[in-house]
Amino acid sequence: MIAQNVVFWILAVAMVLAAIGVVRSNNLVHAALYLVVVLAGSAAQFILLAAEFVAWVQVLIYIGAVIILFLFGIMLTRAPMREDLSLDNDQRLAGAVVALFLLGVLSTLLIQAFGDSKIDITGPQGSELVNNGRAGTLAESIFSTYVLPFELVSILLLASLIGAVVLARRD
Amino acid sequence: MVAQFLVLAAVLFCIGVYGVLARRNGVLVLMSVELMLNAVNINLITFSAYLRETSGQVFALFVITIAAAEVGVGLAIVLLIYRNISSPDLDQLDQMSG
Repeated sequence: MIAQNVVFWILAVAMVLAAIGVVRSNNLVHAALYLVVVLAGSAAQFILLAAEFVAWVQVLIYIGAVIILFLFGIMLTRAPMREDLSLDNDQRLAGAVVALFLLGVLSTLLIQAFGDSKIDITGPQGSELVNNGRAGTLAESIFSTYVLPFELVSILLLASLIGAVVLARRD
Repeated sequence: MVAQFLVLAAVLFCIGVYGVLARRNGVLVLMSVELMLNAVNINLITFSAYLRETSGQVFALFVITIAAAEVGVGLAIVLLIYRNISSPDLDQLDQMSG
């Protein structure tokens, strides 16, 4: 439990600093690389929560595919590869006020509701937790209970593929 | 134990909200949306471990898939904006204001 807490706090501090880097950086490529740190950190948090398969999917799809798409987007919009001070608009103060207010409300609520809840990771309950995160268990769930949403997601992916091609096509 | 994961997700979500509100570049707005979706995933996985349910992890997989589709279409739209007004800045899209 202690080791898990230590790892959690190291990862949490790194993730929050990198997330601030994503929204404050003056360089588009640096922002994308900060986003990699946040996504890798959350994959590590998933492993701490024994969600092994989701962690690997996170690494493959988010860090592997989505970041590459972002880098393509940065290159295709011919963003300057240097410091660019015009990346923010003039709503920074309002945005900060809204975000801090939301953070206050959410964290007060969450700490009051779940402040003393614990995840039991010892003994048989811990092995149940690990078993829940395996690919086999998730596959059983996806292909029995959630088979209809699964098929819908595949249609959605096809539609967004065609949509992206139609939108980006030059004619 | 549960609350620290949830508060971490809330912090990441609020940073994403700030990014969506304060960024001008379309690609950076999409990156902030990704931060928010990722915060939701942390919440789903935490509750999946807390309630000992697989459903939370299945939902997180669906969210990851839909986030990938959203980035694909979103970047195509930003590209189209760039091609039409020669700038990826979203606040220059003011043709409809009188």
